[in-house]
Amino acid sequence: MTAGVTDGRNDRERKKQIILGVFLSGVNHHTLWADPEAGSQIAFSTFEHVARTAERGRFDFFFLAEGLALRERNGLIFDQDVVGRPDTLPVLAALAAVTEHLGLVGTLNATFNEPYELARQLASLDHLSGGRAGWNVVTSFDAFTGQNFRRGGFLHRDDRYVRAGEFLAAARRLWDSWPADAIVADRAAGTFLRDGGAGAFAFSGKQFDIEGRFTTPRSPQGHPVILQAGVSPQGRDFAAGGADAIFSPYHRLDEAQEFYRDIQARAARQGRPPGSVKILPSASFVLGDTREEAEERQRDIAHRQVTGRTAQILLESVWNRDLSGYDPEGPLPDIDPDPTGPPVIRGRAVLHQDPHRTVAEWRALAAANDWSLRELAIHVFSRTEFVGTPAQVADRIDDFVQRDGSDGFILGSHLVPTGLDEFVDTVVPLLQERGSLRTEYTGSTLRENLGIPPRTAS
Amino acid sequence: MTLHLAVALDGTGWHPAAWREQRARPDELFTARYWADLVAEAESGLLDYVTIEDALALQSPSPTSHDDRTDQVRGRLDAVLIASRVAPLTRHIGLVPTATVSHTEPFHVSKAIATLDHVSSGRAGWRAQVSPPLANAHFGRRAPIAFTELPGSTPGRPLLRPDDFADAFAEAEDFVTAARLLWDSWEDDAEIRDAATERFVDRDKLHYIDFHGRWFSVRGPSIVPRPPQGQPVVAVLAHATVPYRLGAASADLVHVTPRDADDARAIVAEVRDLQRAAGREDETVHIIGDVVVLLGATTAEAEDRRARLDGRSDVAFESDAPVFTGTAAELAELLLALAETGLTGFRLRPAVLPDDLEAITRDLVPELRRRGAFRDAYAADTLRGLLGLPRPANRFATTTEGAAR
Repeated sequence: MTAGVTDGRNDRERKKQIILGVFLSGVNHHTLWADPEAGSQIAFSTFEHVARTAERGRFDFFFLAEGLALRERNGLIFDQDVVGRPDTLPVLAALAAVTEHLGLVGTLNATFNEPYELARQLASLDHLSGGRAGWNVVTSFDAFTGQNFRRGGFLHRDDRYVRAGEFLAAARRLWDSWPADAIVADRAAGTFLRDGGAGAFAFSGKQFDIEGRFTTPRSPQGHPVILQAGVSPQGRDFAAGGADAIFSPYHRLDEAQEFYRDIQARAARQGRPPGSVKILPSASFVLGDTREEAEERQRDIAHRQVTGRTAQILLESVWNRDLSGYDPEGPLPDIDPDPTGPPVIRGRAVLHQDPHRTVAEWRALAAANDWSLRELAIHVFSRTEFVGTPAQVADRIDDFVQRDGSDGFILGSHLVPTGLDEFVDTVVPLLQERGSLRTEYTGSTLRENLGIPPRTAS
Repeated sequence: MTLHLAVALDGTGWHPAAWREQRARPDELFTARYWADLVAEAESGLLDYVTIEDALALQSPSPTSHDDRTDQVRGRLDAVLIASRVAPLTRHIGLVPTATVSHTEPFHVSKAIATLDHVSSGRAGWRAQVSPPLANAHFGRRAPIAFTELPGSTPGRPLLRPDDFADAFAEAEDFVTAARLLWDSWEDDAEIRDAATERFVDRDKLHYIDFHGRWFSVRGPSIVPRPPQGQPVVAVLAHATVPYRLGAASADLVHVTPRDADDARAIVAEVRDLQRAAGREDETVHIIGDVVVLLGATTAEAEDRRARLDGRSDVAFESDAPVFTGTAAELAELLLALAETGLTGFRLRPAVLPDDLEAITRDLVPELRRRGAFRDAYAADTLRGLLGLPRPANRFATTTEGAAR
């Protein structure tokens, strides 16, 4: 241990600093809502607890996902998982009151919002949090969700990057419409604005044709931190060109390293300086005093997450058929998927582009391991990336980041709101000892804490 | 008679030269601390609620065009987010941000206000506001509404009325209706967490609202469980019959701007008639008088302040609401006299922040209390509670259990 501390001090000079985010679990099968320790999914105290815990652990940011319609199965509201969540922006604004340093990042949909309104909300959040706002830009093309909106759901699937790209470009133009020094507020001279045209903007594209004056002065970060997800070549280019951080779906080191290199190369080709795009997979963890204990806990959690009923439903998302007649403890359904039929499950992201291929792979996997329907579902849908003692988990996280599998992780727990406590109490001090995680915040904005350059006005 | 009392927060106050006053904080307008301090001051005076002004356009004296003035405050933060930001720092006071109903999505606004109600433990309100036409180009989705100049306009300061005035407010009424339906789309006891049947919710207690109107359709249910108040408090500001009708049909608070007691009597009578016509005679609808206030320890001091402020502005200070200049005791007498007309409370618009806000909480409130007209402690934890509004039954509720909570 003594030698480790000494090494750590030297390491601190050269070690890559791990970025940590936390997402509050909710509307999915990962969240164990029936656990005796499980708390409210809507009370502000839940969000406050997780955010304060993350800040105690010197995390970079708190992250909220979004879903704009309650999910349905066979035309009925899905009642198996957590249902319901608060609106993202008001919760993040309220969290700004009970935290000082933590970034506040929300997923907000570019299809069912308009740039003027959303850009001012994000700029307002950035002002009200002293520069801690972040935005995960997503688009949706599903008409099901569109039924909740006056806009409807008419975005063509192929237009989603056009929409996202134009939306982001319009938002950036709005954020740049007020110079940083626009407000003089000189009482004696009677000059409030340096220039009477502050906030003037115009943007014209295929999706938007807008002009006028923006209401909100330039915020502390100039532009909030932009996060995106993208796996296809188009998505990768889009994210590498416009995002400050990218969600990575890869958890195997070799795949992750390849994605990491690819994104950095694409970013460089688009003229972005090295290190300006951070790569962050999401991950979950289960800890124990010994590896065996952690593994036993993980098995127990996975079986509670993927009950027989849940296993059927998870597989329905690929088969697109009602599988409630298939014994969860029996073999995989022998029937073929029906991707062209009316959707069995609606209101959740499409995870599998080619259901026939996925089913073939799963059948092979189940046959090779002699897995039941439920065991296959547990394997596919209930992976826990970090299982072990705090030291083992700290080593694996550190190793993954130092070897450029990613720049950090966005962590979630199956237990809301107290699941993160254990990680912060036991793993965080070890990462700090290794010199890979800050012991105090050094920046005042999310952008500074993430170590990404400011966006200067274009 | 006890009054309901609110303050309207906007920028550095309602006088265009307010930002030049010594204690004004024009360079902090866009910080959380500024708003937290103001709302804390209002709460220290035990006020019912604060409103926070907003619009999807920059401040402008004209509803149809922006100006290029540099001598007045310009710029605003999103009011719903300001209210959310101060919610954890306050305990009792109601938080009533403005949110626009033109261009915006009822689904978004409904869930934002529901969430404000959750993060404030039942203190959310919402002032539903029709957008000025200059916001149209910011959205670009609809043809600009044509406006007609009204008699009595002065050059440079036109009084305008949209040609489809009634339509704009009919859309607003649909918007409020859809938002209210969404608030009820979850019954209070919809979340059951029944491990035995693996059901988190009882789906029979979640409801599609299937709202279809001329301007939009919304299916629902909301993604946000029913707010703590059941229905957060809805407010409108109204100056004419068409908006009075919106308030009487849809709102809990109708903010009005009577010139004097006679005008107040006429407005109250009209709103009450419209309330009956809307079939809401059994419901509590507060008619709240708006007054811009400029206070001083003496009448002369208040008038000096007014003269100083007016002297720093090239246009005479006028407002849609009456402007009171005088002492807190005089204002208390005026409010009590106006309350005789049937107004149930007042929303005071401080001419200067924090000066006139502090005069309200520290001078006016004690004057009213001395006259037995204002509370000496908060007696409820929700805004509906402060306003004497019962927690409404859920219109979709099928069980007495769901309705009674």
